Amino acid sequence: MANTQNETWTTVIRPKTGWFDIDLKELWQYRDLVWMFVKRNFTVLYKQTILGPAWILLNPLLTTVMFNLVFGGIAGIPTDGVPSFLFYMAGNTVWTLFSSCINNTANTFVTNAAVMGKVYFPRLTVPISQVFTSLINFGIQLAMFLCFWAFYAITQPGSVHMTAWMLFMPVVLLEVLMLGLGVGIIVSSLTTKYRDLAIAVTFGVQLWMYATPVVYPMSSLATSPRMAFLVNLNPVTHLVEVSRLALLGTGTVTLWGQVYTAVCTLVLLAVGVVLFSRIEKTFMDTV
Amino acid sequence: MSNASESRTPVIQVNGLKKKYKLGQIGGGTLTADLQSWWARIRGKEDPNLIIGTDTRLFGTTFMALNGIDLTVYKGEALGIIGRNGAGKSTFLKILSRITAPTEGEIKLNGRVASMLEVGTGFNNEMTGRENIYMNGAILGMTRAEVDSKIDQIIEFSECGEFIDTPVKRYSSGMFVKLAFAVAAHLDSEIMVMDEVLAVGDMKFQQKCLGKMSDVAGQEGRTVLYVSHNMSTIRQLCTRCIVLDKGRIIYDGDVEKAIAIYMDTTDVNVVNYDLTAVGRQVPSAGRRLFVERLRFLDKESSVFGNNEPMRVEITWRANEPFDGVNMKLNMHYRDGSPVGITHPVDLGAAEPGKTYRTVFSFDPSLLGEGQYFFFLDVFEKALTSPVCLDKPNVEFHFEVTNTDMTMPEWPTGWGRIHFPPVKVEGREAE
Repeated sequence: MANTQNETWTTVIRPKTGWFDIDLKELWQYRDLVWMFVKRNFTVLYKQTILGPAWILLNPLLTTVMFNLVFGGIAGIPTDGVPSFLFYMAGNTVWTLFSSCINNTANTFVTNAAVMGKVYFPRLTVPISQVFTSLINFGIQLAMFLCFWAFYAITQPGSVHMTAWMLFMPVVLLEVLMLGLGVGIIVSSLTTKYRDLAIAVTFGVQLWMYATPVVYPMSSLATSPRMAFLVNLNPVTHLVEVSRLALLGTGTVTLWGQVYTAVCTLVLLAVGVVLFSRIEKTFMDTV
Repeated sequence: MSNASESRTPVIQVNGLKKKYKLGQIGGGTLTADLQSWWARIRGKEDPNLIIGTDTRLFGTTFMALNGIDLTVYKGEALGIIGRNGAGKSTFLKILSRITAPTEGEIKLNGRVASMLEVGTGFNNEMTGRENIYMNGAILGMTRAEVDSKIDQIIEFSECGEFIDTPVKRYSSGMFVKLAFAVAAHLDSEIMVMDEVLAVGDMKFQQKCLGKMSDVAGQEGRTVLYVSHNMSTIRQLCTRCIVLDKGRIIYDGDVEKAIAIYMDTTDVNVVNYDLTAVGRQVPSAGRRLFVERLRFLDKESSVFGNNEPMRVEITWRANEPFDGVNMKLNMHYRDGSPVGITHPVDLGAAEPGKTYRTVFSFDPSLLGEGQYFFFLDVFEKALTSPVCLDKPNVEFHFEVTNTDMTMPEWPTGWGRIHFPPVKVEGREAE
C-alpha cells in the first residue's frame, strides 16, 4: 500500500472535525444545483395556483395597503413627510427580503430530509438557493416600488427624492441577505433537534418586524430614548433606515449603527455556517 | 489480493472505518420536553418523558454498526457487498455516499460518487421528466453542459421519450423507475453505489439494467458497488464480493466463495435469543409491547425433521393494556428470498406491566429441505392497516431435514413450499 500514499485523492471522508468545515470550492462546483433549486422553488410555489407569480406583487401590495390603513390611517403614525404609501412599501419590501430569507431557510433539514438521507450534495446549496429565490422576488417587488415612486415623483414633485446613498444600496442588500441567511441556518441547524423552533420562528419573525422601523420611522422614537436604544440594538433597523434614506430621502443613519450592523451580520453568518457544518454531517442520525 | 489487482489504480480506499450509534431515544424532540427531563434529573425525580417500563440501563449503550472496515477497491471493479440484516451494509453505503459521517477512520475516494440508495431521489413531482433529468444530474454533481451531452441517451434508455415533457407525477411507477435508473446509470460518475435498486421495474428492464451495469464496470472502466440480498444478480454483475458480518469484513474475494460463506453464516446452533438489546425493524416497535426472549423448545439445535413440530416460546411484556395482540412469522429461505407468512394468530389480551410467556408450534413439514429463517412480527389489528408493536431485527434460523423416506430429495427447482398431498375424493373403474 506504500505506493498509494502518494496518490492524489479527490475526496476524503473523515469523522466531523474542525469548526469551519465548509468546502467553498465544492459549493462553486454545484452552482448549477443552486440554480435548479431556485427554479424548483418557483415551480413548486406557483404550480396549480390561479394567479401564479402575480402573488409576488399582490402580497406586498396588499400588505402596504393594510399598513397604510392601520398604522397611517387609524394609528396616525407620522412618516417623516414622505407619502405614507411609499414609506410603508419601501420598509416592507426590504423587510420581506430579510424575513423570507429566514422563513424559507429555517426548515432546510426537516423538509429535505428525504432527499438528504439518500444522496450527497453540499447541504448549503439549499439555503443559498432560498436566498436567491428571495432576492429574485425582491427584484420584482423593487421594480413595482419604483413604478409607484415614479408616479409620486411626477404627481407630487418634491415629495420624494433618491439620495447618493443609493450607491451604498448593494452593500445594504448584501448585508440583508447575509443576515437573513445567517439567522436562517442557525434556526435550521437547531430545528433538527428541536422541532418547536420551526413554529416559534414564524411567530418570532413577525414580532421582530415590530422591533424594526418598518411601520414607523426611527425619528418618531426621538422622545423615548429607551425605546430608541432597544430598537437600535436590532441590526435590521439600520438596514431599513439606510434603504429608506436612499430611496425616499428620509431616515436616521449613524456611522456606529452601520458598523454595528456589519459586525452583527458577519458574526451571525459565521456562527450559522459553523453550526450548519457541524449539523449537516450527522443530522441524518437524529432527524 | 492477486498481483494483477495491485498494479491497477485504487479508486476507493477505506481505512479502519467505524460507526457508532447510541441505543435508546436521543432527546425528546421538543425543547420543552428536553428541559422537563433536565429539570427532573436535577431534582432527582423520575423523567416524566420516559416511556413507562423502558429499561434505563440500555440508555447510553452504544452499538457499533461498523467495527473497523479496511478495503481497497480498484478501477473497473464491480464489487458486491453481502451480509445479513444488521451486518452494516447500509451504514457502509451511507458513509460512502456521505450521507452521514463515520465515527472513526476514513475513506479516500478518487472521483465522483453517484449513489442510488433509492431510485428517483430528488425527483420533483411537479417538474417534467426532462427538468428532472437536469435536477437529478445537478444533485449528483453534474454541470448543465455534462447533462446536455447525455440527455438523448438517457431519454432513449428510459423508454419514456413521448412523456419526457410531462410532469413526472403523471408517470406510472414503472416509468418513474426507468427514468430514474437511466439518469443515474448515464451520468459521468467514476463510482456508482447501488442498494438493491434493480429489484424494481419489469423483468425485461431489470435485465437491461444489469447489462448496462456490467458495461459500466467492464467497458467504461467505472467502479460499481452493489448491495443486494439477491444472489443471482450478485453473480451476474459482480467481479468481486465481500461478506460483512457484525460490522466487519469476514471474506473478500471470489464471488462464488463469498456467496457460499454468506450462506454458511446461518446459525442453527442458537436456540435461545435474548432480544432486550437488539434493534427493531420499525422505529416505533418495542415501545408499547416488548418481546424480550425467543427460545426453540426441547432442542439443542434448531434442526427439525419434517415430521417433528417446531415448538417456540416467546417472552413478552406489555406496557399498555391490549384487547388482543396478533403475531405472525415471516418465513425466508437462507438466501433472503421470501417463502411466505403464517396466518396471524391472537395471543390474547394483556395488562400493562405484566410479562407473558407464550408457546406456539409450527409444522416444518410445510417446507422443503433446507435452511430457513423467520422474522417475528407482533402487531395490533386496527381498522385500516395493522400497527406494528414489535419486530426484532433478528433472523431466527432453523433447518428442515427430510426424514420422510417416501419423499425424494428436495431439488432447488421445486420451490420451497411443501404442499400436503391432494385429497383423493373417489375413484371409479371405467
